[in-house]
Amino acid sequence: MTKYKMHLLVCAGTGCHASESDLLLSNLKKEVADKGLADEVQVIGTGCFGFCEKGPIVKIIPDNTFYTEVQPGDTGEIVAEHVIKGRKVEHLLYTDPVKKEHISDSKHMGFYQKQLRIALRNCGFINPENIDEYIGRDGYEALAKVLSEMTPEEAIQEMIDSGLRGRGGGGFPTGLKWQITNKVQADQKYVVCNADEGDPGAFMDRSILEGDPHSVLEAMAICGYCIGASKGLIYIRAEYPLAIERLKIAIAQAREYGLLGNDILGTGFEFDVEIRYGAGAFVCGEETALIHSMEGHRGEPTFKPPFPSEHGYLGKPTNVNNVETFANVPAIYNKGAKWFAGIGTEKSKGTKVFALAGKINNVGLIEVPMGTTLREVIFEIGGGIKGGKKFKAVQTGGPSGGCLTEKHLDTPIDFDNLLASGSMMGSGGMIVMDEDDCMVAVAKFYLEFTVEESCGKCTPCRIGNKRLYEMLETITHGKGEMEDLEKLRNLSYVIRDTSLCGLGQTSPNPVLSTMENFWEEYEAHVKDHKCHASQCKALLRYEVVPENCVGCTACARNCPVNCISGERKQVHFIDQSLCIKCGACEEKCKFDAIRVI
Amino acid sequence: MSKIKSLADLRKMRDEVRSKITLREKSDNPEERVQVKVAMATCGIASGAKDVMEFMVDSFEKRNIDAIVTQTGCMGYCYAEPTIEVMVPGKDPIVFGYVDVKKADDIIEKYIKNGELLEGIIPVNYQTIDEQ
Repeated sequence: MTKYKMHLLVCAGTGCHASESDLLLSNLKKEVADKGLADEVQVIGTGCFGFCEKGPIVKIIPDNTFYTEVQPGDTGEIVAEHVIKGRKVEHLLYTDPVKKEHISDSKHMGFYQKQLRIALRNCGFINPENIDEYIGRDGYEALAKVLSEMTPEEAIQEMIDSGLRGRGGGGFPTGLKWQITNKVQADQKYVVCNADEGDPGAFMDRSILEGDPHSVLEAMAICGYCIGASKGLIYIRAEYPLAIERLKIAIAQAREYGLLGNDILGTGFEFDVEIRYGAGAFVCGEETALIHSMEGHRGEPTFKPPFPSEHGYLGKPTNVNNVETFANVPAIYNKGAKWFAGIGTEKSKGTKVFALAGKINNVGLIEVPMGTTLREVIFEIGGGIKGGKKFKAVQTGGPSGGCLTEKHLDTPIDFDNLLASGSMMGSGGMIVMDEDDCMVAVAKFYLEFTVEESCGKCTPCRIGNKRLYEMLETITHGKGEMEDLEKLRNLSYVIRDTSLCGLGQTSPNPVLSTMENFWEEYEAHVKDHKCHASQCKALLRYEVVPENCVGCTACARNCPVNCISGERKQVHFIDQSLCIKCGACEEKCKFDAIRVI
Repeated sequence: MSKIKSLADLRKMRDEVRSKITLREKSDNPEERVQVKVAMATCGIASGAKDVMEFMVDSFEKRNIDAIVTQTGCMGYCYAEPTIEVMVPGKDPIVFGYVDVKKADDIIEKYIKNGELLEGIIPVNYQTIDEQ
């Protein structure tokens, strides 16, 4: 039934497009048609291959040959040699930078290894509502192995050896946490899954729960066996209805198969999971606040120690891990701690899922081994900056993190390197910013979020952040003084050093890191009353350019506050005292007669 | 459904499920079924994946094509939602992005029936743990 015998796929992603892949595509089409092969060979443009560095890319199926850096002039050779004679065009094949050999099959190329899916191994692959598909992908095998072949201590040792660190932000070694909770004596212990994903722009936990809920249940049961708990609780925000629904289905199916409940797999081990709902407060992602919320109290953090591993839910020892952390666990037992520890950097093992958002072409979820550079993530996997604009910064770690700039692009990403660069891993949100973003406004945005989400329990966070926000507001209105910048910095340090929980301790990070990396922007706002990215409206001025204005009245008709006056065919005038800086006039003007200064 | 009683039971069950899947994957027999996976996470559904899935189920029935349509989680290509993966027996699976009902119709008529590819293919650019 197949008409075409061969397909030539030409990358039409932004990166390749910039290096003339459109011309390449049309040349190939023409070449194929000229040779009378249009009925047998189809030439088609595709999405980004994530290998923009070596673009333009041409892939040939069915033999999976992968040509890199193909020029529009190479098309004749590809068609004459490869398509007609079946001989690969050697000089266009990818050369392995280490082995210096040509590699023809894309599956064996290094760039394929840029993304490795461990936590996301089943997402987008299995039907999340069918436990059989999970079992078909080695599901629950790790649990069965741990229960029947290992003691809790051996299983914990395996987890310690793997080097897995908490993926929710703190990066605490998971095995160590389990060991601490294991050693505390109590009649009842709890395993809690923290699914209160709150960082703006991060959604990997939701995707894992929606795409592979059983991996989390299996890991929780393993954790229960290791620490000696028979009850598991998933704290999830009510705003995630689909994740909740799929979790419920998964829990019911696992119970039916005897993979949750009494006497799991005939080993006498008992473990069951319940779902608890959060109302979506950012601070409830902090483990002590989360536990209080589950107990029915206000979601406020308390001082640590005591740590939840000693005194947690209902006063009992409680082990709290994040969704992504749990999703890694079954794979570690199935493939071995050694395998996992072989991926990543010295102190950060395995992979990390990142949610790419902002001014980036391939917005979405990616999973890369620790140690991948920001450049590889943003410019290769992420396909680069939208609209060909210039990269300015990337915010990692959400409102608790900081900005990384061009000078950090080649830093390998791991927990320690990000901290050293003035940001943090956080839960893995990456918001990419381009030249049109004002960094003072970005800091203000995150502060606004923190002010809203602060629980109000401790003074530095409740009042300090509000004052920080007000200072930023003053600066973005062009009313700041140089000494305000000093105050801003000092207050940031005070809040960082004196707040009760992680939320307050990290809330000034966006301010500190933007001041560190973009001091000149702060100065421009204060000294020159200028916002070079044209984002701070109070500092903008829309003016008519008299020599361009033809008096068409388009601006005046579209001004929502009627602050533009002028007769037909006469130069118009903007009344600055009334202007709300909405930009409607600039948008409507066809003669370039409105300028922003 | 009965309870799984031991590791051996679990492995037996896994092998059964797996052999069913590999039979489907490896077959060169055109009589075998076409398999379509629709990414149905919040991002996909918000961009219209449900309509696409319903349309595909209906269309396969109406056009008498032996196909299975299943849902799956997020494939990670949020910029191109809704996304679907189509596996025609004997061929590598192909992921299509930006699929609306019209595109779904084209995929059935052109790709599944004729083997003709369409714009909007998303090349797979990651490794799974199976390949490690």
